[in-house]
Amino acid sequence: MTVASKERKLTIARAMAEAIAQEMRIDERVFVMGEDIGPLGGVFGNTRGLYDEFGAERVRDTPISETAFMGAAVGAASDGMRPIVELMFVDFFGVCFDAIYNLMAKNTYFAGGEVQVPVVLMTSTGGGYSDAGQHSQCLHATFAHLPGMKVVAPSNAYDAKGLMTAAIRDNNPVIFMFHKALQGMGWLGTEKDAIVHVPEEAYEVPIGKAAVVREGSDVTIVGITSGVHHGLKAARRLAERGVSAEVLDLRSLVPLDRESIIASVRKTGRLIVVDEDYHSYGMSGEIISSVVEQGVPLRAAPQRVAYPDIPIPFTRPMEQWALPSADKIVTAFEKMTSH
Amino acid sequence: MKPSKEQQLWMYEHMLVSRYFEESIEKIYMEGKSPAFNMANGPIPGEMHLSNGQEPCAVGVCAHLEPSDIVTSTHRPHHVAIAKGVDLDRMAAEIFGKKTGLSGGRGGHMHIFDPKVNFSCSGIIAQGMGPAVGAALSRQMQRKDGVAVAFLGEGAANQGAFHESLNLAAVWKLPVIFVIEDNAWGISVAKRASTAIERNDQRAAAYGMPGHFVPGNDPLAVYEVAGEAIARARRGEGPTLIEIETYRLAGHFMGDAEGYRPEGEKDALFARDPIPKMREHLKANEGWSDADDAALVELTRSRVDAAIAFARDSAYPEPEEALEKVFV
Ligand SMILES: Cc1ncc(C[n+]2csc(CCOP(=O)(O)OP(=O)(O)O)c2C)c(N)n1
Ligand SMILES: [Mg+2]
Repeated sequence: MTVASKERKLTIARAMAEAIAQEMRIDERVFVMGEDIGPLGGVFGNTRGLYDEFGAERVRDTPISETAFMGAAVGAASDGMRPIVELMFVDFFGVCFDAIYNLMAKNTYFAGGEVQVPVVLMTSTGGGYSDAGQHSQCLHATFAHLPGMKVVAPSNAYDAKGLMTAAIRDNNPVIFMFHKALQGMGWLGTEKDAIVHVPEEAYEVPIGKAAVVREGSDVTIVGITSGVHHGLKAARRLAERGVSAEVLDLRSLVPLDRESIIASVRKTGRLIVVDEDYHSYGMSGEIISSVVEQGVPLRAAPQRVAYPDIPIPFTRPMEQWALPSADKIVTAFEKMTSH
Repeated sequence: MKPSKEQQLWMYEHMLVSRYFEESIEKIYMEGKSPAFNMANGPIPGEMHLSNGQEPCAVGVCAHLEPSDIVTSTHRPHHVAIAKGVDLDRMAAEIFGKKTGLSGGRGGHMHIFDPKVNFSCSGIIAQGMGPAVGAALSRQMQRKDGVAVAFLGEGAANQGAFHESLNLAAVWKLPVIFVIEDNAWGISVAKRASTAIERNDQRAAAYGMPGHFVPGNDPLAVYEVAGEAIARARRGEGPTLIEIETYRLAGHFMGDAEGYRPEGEKDALFARDPIPKMREHLKANEGWSDADDAALVELTRSRVDAAIAFARDSAYPEPEEALEKVFV
C-alpha cells in the first residue's frame, strides 16, 4: 500500500520538537528556555536536537529560578521575542504562578490590546506510574479557569505537532500540556495509540477546535489527553455490546469548543466526561454545565469519570484505583442505562 | 569542636546504614524493570533519587541534633532521614508503598514524614526552607528549645524561596541552619552554568548571617562547622548558611544515563568515596581494627536487611484507603 509506505509515525515528544525546530528555522524571535532542555533535550524528550541545531543562545538551560524565568518570558515576549518556556511538571508551577496568571494572562488586557505576550509554556501532566502527589497532577482546570491564557493538550503526535505550531504562531500566551503516559518515553510506559503519522511539513491544528475521533450515536464521551484513550477503549468495549459511542477529543480547553460538544450530545442524548484532573470545580463540571445550560435534551443524567478529590497517592493499589479508566467509563454508561 | 571517638563511630555507622540502604533500594528498584525500563513497574515504582556519596552532609549535621529538633529535606531524603533517626522499617515500607509505611503508602520516597523525630521532606525545589524557618519561629515564640535545619541542593540556592527564607530567618534571628549539599549538579545542569558565584556560602553576607563552606565531602569537617552553627542557633544568635562540597555517586534518579558528566568524573568521585576514607581515618587515628569494622558492617547490614524484609512482608493498603487522611 502506497499510503502505508508514506507513514511517518512519531511520538508526541518528537512531534513537539519537530514543530519547535521548524518554527525556529523561519522565525529568529523564537527561543526556548527551561530546566534541562538544552543538551539533555528535556526530561521528556520534547526539545531533543534543538540545542545541537540552534545552539546555547536560542536553547537555554536555566537555573532553577522559575519566578525569574517565567517573568522573563513575559518581558521578552512583550519586547518582540517569542519565548517557549518549559517547566517539567505542572505540579511545580506554584513557585512562579504570579508571572503567569497576573502578568502573562492579563498584560494584553491591561494594555487595551496594545501589548502582545506570545509565550508558549510547555509542561507535563498526569500520573499512573507511582510518582505521588507532587509529580502526577493534571491541573487542567487551574490553568483553564484563569482568563487570558489559551490551554491546549494533545492526545496524539499529529495534534501535538499542529497545536505546537499554532501555539508558537499565536500572539497570545498558550499553555501546552503534554501527558507523560502519551509522550512516547519508554521509561514512562507508552500509549501506542498516541504514536501516529505526522506529516513532515509544518501545519497548524486550530486552537479551540475539538475533534470527533470516533463517531457514534448512543453516548458522547468527552475527554482530553489520557481521557481520550480511555474513551476510545471504552467505546470499543461498548461496541461489542452493540452500543455506539462517540468520542470527542477536546484538544483545547481554552477556547473550549462548546459547539462541537453540544452538537454531539444533541445527537446521542448522553454525556460522559473523562478527566484525570480532580473531580470538583473542574473541566468535567464545566462541560456538563455548558450542555445543560443550552437545554440539550438528555436521555440520562450526565456522568463524570474524574480523579477523586484527594492528593494523588504514591502506592500503586491506591493510585490505580483512583485513576480514570475504560472500565469506569463502561460502568458510568451502565448506570445511565440501567433503569 | 572535634567529635569524640563515640561520635565518629556514630557518624560512620549511619553512613554505612545509609549507603547499604541505598544499595539495597537500587537493586530492588530494578526488579521488574528489565529488559524494558518502565518506572511504573516492580516492587518500588516511581522516581528514585539516591543519596550515595552524600552521607557526610547528613551525619555531620544530624550528629548534633535531638529528636525534638526539626529537619526538612528534599527529593533526595534517605541519608538525612536515616541520620535524623527516622524509623527505618516504616521508611522502607513507605518506599515500597505498604500499609505499614510511615504514611500508609500515600507519600512514597519523596514524601517521608516521621513526626516522632520531626522529619519531613518534599519534592519541590527549595520548598523545605520556609517550613524550617516557620518551625524555628514556632520554637522562638513558644520559648521552647530546639533548632530547625533545612537541607537543600546547590541548585535550590537559585530559587526565590532560598533568598526569602534567608532574609526572613535573619531579620527575625531564628534558630535555623540552612545546609546546602553541593553535589555540583542539578539534574543535567552544572552548578557553574546555573549559579552566578562559585560558592553559595558567600550569599550569607547578603543576609547578614555567617556563611561557611566545607570542602572535601568530609564528615569530620562538617561535624565541626555544623556544631558551631547549631550551638550558635541554640544560644539565640540566629541563622547560619553552610555549603558542603559533596558527591552524587548515583544518577540524578534511577534510569539517568548521566551523559552530561565529563569523561572520568564518576571514577574520580568513586576514588574519593567518603566511606572508605572514613574507615581509613578511624583505623589510623582511633584504633579501629578490621575485626571492629567487619562487625559493624555486619550489624548495619542486618539492620537494613531487617527493614527491607519488614517492607517486603508487609501488606499493601486497601485501594479505598486512598480516600482517608485527606482531613483529620
Ligand atoms: C520548583 C521545582 N522546579 C523544578 C523541579 C525539578 N527538579 C527536581 S530535582 C531538580 C534538581 C535539583 O538540584 P539540586 O537542588 O542541586 O538537588 P540534587 O538533585 O542535586 O540533590 C530539579 C530541577 C522541582 N522538583 N521543583
Ligand atoms: Mg545538586
